[in-house]
Amino acid sequence: MELLSGGDMLIRALSDEGVEYIYGYPGGAALHIYDALYRQSDVKHVLVRHEQAATHMADGYARAAGKAGVVLVTSGPGATNTVTGIATAYMDSVPMVVLCAQVPSYLIGEDAFQETDIIGVSRPIVKHSMSVKNPEEIPEIIKKAFFLAQSGRPGPVVVDIPKDMTLPNERYEYSYPSKVKLRSYGPATKGHTGQIKKAVDMIFEAKRPVLYAGGGVILGKASDQLTELAKILDVPVTNTLMGLGAYPATDRQYVGMLGMHGTYEANMTMHHSDLIIAVGARFDDRVTNNTAKFCPNAKIVHIDIDPASISKTVTVDVPIVGPVDQVLNEMLDLVKGAKKEIEKEALVSWWRQVDEWKAYHGMRYNSDGEFIKPQQAIETLYKVTKGDAYVTSDVGQHQMFASQYYKFDKPNRWINSGGLGTMGFGLPAAMGIKLNFPDNDVVCVTGEGSFQMNIQELSTCKQYNLPVKILNLNNQALGMVKQWQDLNYEARHAHSYMESLPDFQKLIEAYGHVALRVEKLADLESAMEEAFAMKDRLVFMDVMVDPSEHVYPMQVPTGSMRDMMLSKTERT
Amino acid sequence: MRHIISVLLENEPGALSRVVGLFSQRNYNIESLTVAPTEDGTLSRLTVTTVGSDKVIEQITKQLNKLIEVVKLVDLTEGAHVERELLLIKVRASGAQRAEIKRTADVFRAQIIDMTPSVYTIQVVGTSDKLDAFIQAIGNTSVLEVVRSGVSGIARGEKILGL
Repeated sequence: MELLSGGDMLIRALSDEGVEYIYGYPGGAALHIYDALYRQSDVKHVLVRHEQAATHMADGYARAAGKAGVVLVTSGPGATNTVTGIATAYMDSVPMVVLCAQVPSYLIGEDAFQETDIIGVSRPIVKHSMSVKNPEEIPEIIKKAFFLAQSGRPGPVVVDIPKDMTLPNERYEYSYPSKVKLRSYGPATKGHTGQIKKAVDMIFEAKRPVLYAGGGVILGKASDQLTELAKILDVPVTNTLMGLGAYPATDRQYVGMLGMHGTYEANMTMHHSDLIIAVGARFDDRVTNNTAKFCPNAKIVHIDIDPASISKTVTVDVPIVGPVDQVLNEMLDLVKGAKKEIEKEALVSWWRQVDEWKAYHGMRYNSDGEFIKPQQAIETLYKVTKGDAYVTSDVGQHQMFASQYYKFDKPNRWINSGGLGTMGFGLPAAMGIKLNFPDNDVVCVTGEGSFQMNIQELSTCKQYNLPVKILNLNNQALGMVKQWQDLNYEARHAHSYMESLPDFQKLIEAYGHVALRVEKLADLESAMEEAFAMKDRLVFMDVMVDPSEHVYPMQVPTGSMRDMMLSKTERT
Repeated sequence: MRHIISVLLENEPGALSRVVGLFSQRNYNIESLTVAPTEDGTLSRLTVTTVGSDKVIEQITKQLNKLIEVVKLVDLTEGAHVERELLLIKVRASGAQRAEIKRTADVFRAQIIDMTPSVYTIQVVGTSDKLDAFIQAIGNTSVLEVVRSGVSGIARGEKILGL
């Protein structure tokens, strides 16, 4: 058997796990590992400019590819800088393995230079974490880390590696385990057949059913099954913010995103339904609005891999714990083989109602006036990229506009920090995707506030030639904060202005990239065409948009799902 | 309602902190907590008493089960069970008090496990209610120090919590 040092074992294990890229930043405690990286070529390393960006790069890749992203950082500040990225991945169930170097084991607890208890710091935001106590355990720990990160409900796993576990001159027998056994961990592999039958019976009896699909459908790679089931049943479908693309947005049965900034028709359909079939969704507060008033006449079927997601906020009638693809397959078999079918007449009048809601509002905004509307910018982006780009976003108004106006027909294309709402996520996430999917258009929709939170990564883009496109919806303010201040604080704009915005043109050019500024609607499409035609250049599109625009619809706080503001003056 | 949740936990460093952290992170109550290795050295048994609505208790058991190091758990209060807590109490005992305290201890089947001319140290075992009652019976004025172990519990009959 081959003898390898701890550092070499770590890198070899990543290679054996099929990892092509890792994202990181070196430092004292990680130097043995970085030396091991240097002496091989299977695993390639991307040097970021801030560790937070490394986590978001890994995260963007993981969401687009459906596999764990890998981060390598040094101890202390290197490790603590990953915290926001780990929390982002945790909230959205993104598989990620974060390798944190640590001070030598004999110094732990002595407040050594660059020592932080990263296991303790990260404990509430990881799926699991492990410390290496003995170099010989490294292959098994890495195998476990990937297994845990990627199985069941995915999530981030932190591995803490003291420097003396990676000493170059101490060698151990290396073999990479083909599987791991954990007696205390066994995510469900199959939904309960009796429960699935019960759910199908309820579907046949329903008069106003709706499918409510979340990020779990994308993580569980079950878009095809979901779409097939929806088609056979001919029921309306709504996707959550995390589930955009799980069901194709351009399909007739799609009623749009639901929730706080969901469409009128999606929220009305949910509120008036008599059966909600929730698939890989978690009834989060940005979806349900006031749970006490949530969908008063609906029975609820809830399919989820995580039992803790079931009846956490809203109590459900038929829980089904299992992988969404397997459960949907079993439902499909039952539906296809059943003697009964869904009540056609009831469905016809349900669709008449749903179509009325669609016709009443749909997505509309007032496009008069001198300014480009942010919605127009997203619609133009959709047109120019033919609806087929990977779109990452930061957090705020631009995120909601992108989610509302870019029609995602495929899963894994819409990449955003839905749960944690992390500003600064968009650019590094786009970089991680572009690196791994170089032939696809990758665009980051952002705003001046979010973009400046990880702006330093423009330098990484230059070093590794990552020609992402950046669409900055420039309203010269922290738009979403300002919107809330307009609505709830009599327009007292406390610190929601970016009072000294940089000259983005000069800034982008200083990093060696291209910047375009668009002020007139007439120039919008041609500017975007020009930007996307520059295949090998990072192009920053600074689009000056209406600074007074709000995101609508918007659910009214403490109301039910159907209580919405539809514009600055209309309410349901 | 009060629940006693008994957990088999991997006997590994950091496992306990995850359990305790979960309770504070999700705003659950811990009334008492005991933990020690079992006959199988790779496993610890942890008993936590907590208070919450059915919905909260359901979430507690589900969230505990999600922790990788939690092997198995049971809510003992869902079935017939035995629970015990140990109390060590140091009381001022001089003069006529000495006999009175001794009599009270006998009533509770408590034992005096250490004494000086002016102090008794008494051990009481029983349910938490019994321990509360004993402390009340002794009277606050003479109590110098109280140590309680927290609740340990086990299901009645054939039911076991094991691998």
